Amino acid sequence: MERKFQKFETPDLQEMARQMRRDIIKMLYLAKSGHTGAPLGLADIFATLFFNVLQYDPTNPGWEGRDYFYVSCGHVAAVWYSALARAGYFPLSELATYRKFNGRLQGHPAPMWIHGAPGIEIASGSLGQGMSVATGTAFGMRLDKKPNRVVMIGSDGELQEGSSWEGIMMAGYRKLDNLLAIVDRNNIQIDGLMDKLYDINPLADKYSAFGWDVQEIDGHNIDQIRNAIDKGFQTKGKPSVILARTIMGKGVPWMEGDFKWHGVAPNEEQAKKALADLAPTKFGDFITLEWEKNNT
Amino acid sequence: MIQAAEQKATRVAFGEALVELGRKNPNVVALCADLTESVNMHKFAKEFPDRFVHAGVAEHNMIGMAAGLSITGKIPFTGTFAVFATGRVYDTIRQSIAYSRMNVKICASHAGLTLGEDGATHQMLEDIGLMRGLPNMTVIVPCDANETRKATFAIAELKGPAYLRFSRPALPVFTDPATPFVLGKSDTLLQGNDVTIIACGVMVWQALQAADELAQAGIKARVINMHTIKPLDREAIITAARETGAIVTAEEHQINNGLGDAVAQVVVRNAPVPVEMVAVNDVFGESGTPNELLQKYHIHKNDIVASVQKVMKRKR
Repeated sequence: MERKFQKFETPDLQEMARQMRRDIIKMLYLAKSGHTGAPLGLADIFATLFFNVLQYDPTNPGWEGRDYFYVSCGHVAAVWYSALARAGYFPLSELATYRKFNGRLQGHPAPMWIHGAPGIEIASGSLGQGMSVATGTAFGMRLDKKPNRVVMIGSDGELQEGSSWEGIMMAGYRKLDNLLAIVDRNNIQIDGLMDKLYDINPLADKYSAFGWDVQEIDGHNIDQIRNAIDKGFQTKGKPSVILARTIMGKGVPWMEGDFKWHGVAPNEEQAKKALADLAPTKFGDFITLEWEKNNT
Repeated sequence: MIQAAEQKATRVAFGEALVELGRKNPNVVALCADLTESVNMHKFAKEFPDRFVHAGVAEHNMIGMAAGLSITGKIPFTGTFAVFATGRVYDTIRQSIAYSRMNVKICASHAGLTLGEDGATHQMLEDIGLMRGLPNMTVIVPCDANETRKATFAIAELKGPAYLRFSRPALPVFTDPATPFVLGKSDTLLQGNDVTIIACGVMVWQALQAADELAQAGIKARVINMHTIKPLDREAIITAARETGAIVTAEEHQINNGLGDAVAQVVVRNAPVPVEMVAVNDVFGESGTPNELLQKYHIHKNDIVASVQKVMKRKR
């Protein structure tokens, strides 16, 4: 399906991903709470989705021709908000209101018709529900013979919730091949490394057994992401899942792989250090922070 | 005395109404968690096989799918027993339906003790409490087949989440099919100024029998059918409190968190009068026939009569 709007090639997607990482650090620093690690890890995937793959109209979030996009692991809100802002759903400057009182960028995503942001169609954050929501939408698209695709992002930790598997089982049974799930496979849950605490391997085998087509990729290699998504959409007769191996905190070397960055925000010193590791891009930051003003 | 024209299960009326809705509105879809005949969704499933999802023994997924379908513009009706429709999927309802304001209609059959022989694990007595506690949720407990039919149509028109609670057994059909059903507006079935009985569901018929008995003892009870538990008809309650001075509530539900507590909240805050509550007294049920259970668990016309006598002694 030919993308209707702007379509970046890999070099620009890489640069946009890096910009989104800068956005995330700044958003989290300003919010003083929230989830840093997984958003950084998902920046390459979100950049690819929003600037190369998904059909949407940022000026008309309810556009009938849109692909449906769900983020079941709602705590990664910061990367989604960055993507939405960069895509034009709301002003870039609004990213400074992440988690703030009276803002639309709620701590966990809320739909736009209650106090949430444009581009968000259901609340998430209580893990294990998005798979069913996506399955329902995919079923609805097929019922109406509509070509819209359904893409869902979930986390690997979330797959410990049994309810996730209800959705996975139904989608596989119903052969919903208009459905693509991407798992943020960083092997991390709040208390530590999954394979040390409660290993869910063999994960690919589980999805296969549930009737899915499975691909495993490097979640930071944009060409692999693009190819896997294309292949996923082309697969007929089965829903597709991409197990994307990612590194929590990717882009900031001293955060990488550290599960403690799941649910904390960087302080000023940490934010400065992180931004120094993420070279500025042609897209420009959404805000100039206090200490950056001296550099003009 | 109000007569019953016939006996008909409220779930049968639901199933018939659902088919009619399906014919009128192509966006109506239905999902059922492996209880298709029990919940009476089989007629819909037969006539609209493409628009029916056999959700299997997987209620979380059923609710989530309903949310996902409503996002695409469908009007999903989910069906299962009340015990599975609420408690076990509470968080999914809270996050993906109530908070997200999805246009999903949660239809719950076999509620309360009148479910009968299956016993306590299946006799849901806490569901009104769970659902009325959720912001954005509309909660309806119709009293007979005629009303269940109207309520099914009403929730399809409503924009937003709804919970519709009905029962297993055949019950007296006594409301007038011609009376308009207005969400949030109760129906005063009997006029009276000595006391008010506010009931919902199965207990409305019990309330009418009780009122009849009380009338013979010279007590004229106002009987209000409070079919919509949320939003509650506060005006009718306050008026009744002021005009009759005493209220008895009656529900097929625990004494905590149901109709009684909802009415008491309005009364205490606006027009304090003595209130007695006929409800299950904070215990679980057991196997038995509906009549045996209503009597043992004190949600029977005799208990309404006794509660009226008690509350009238407390009147100022």
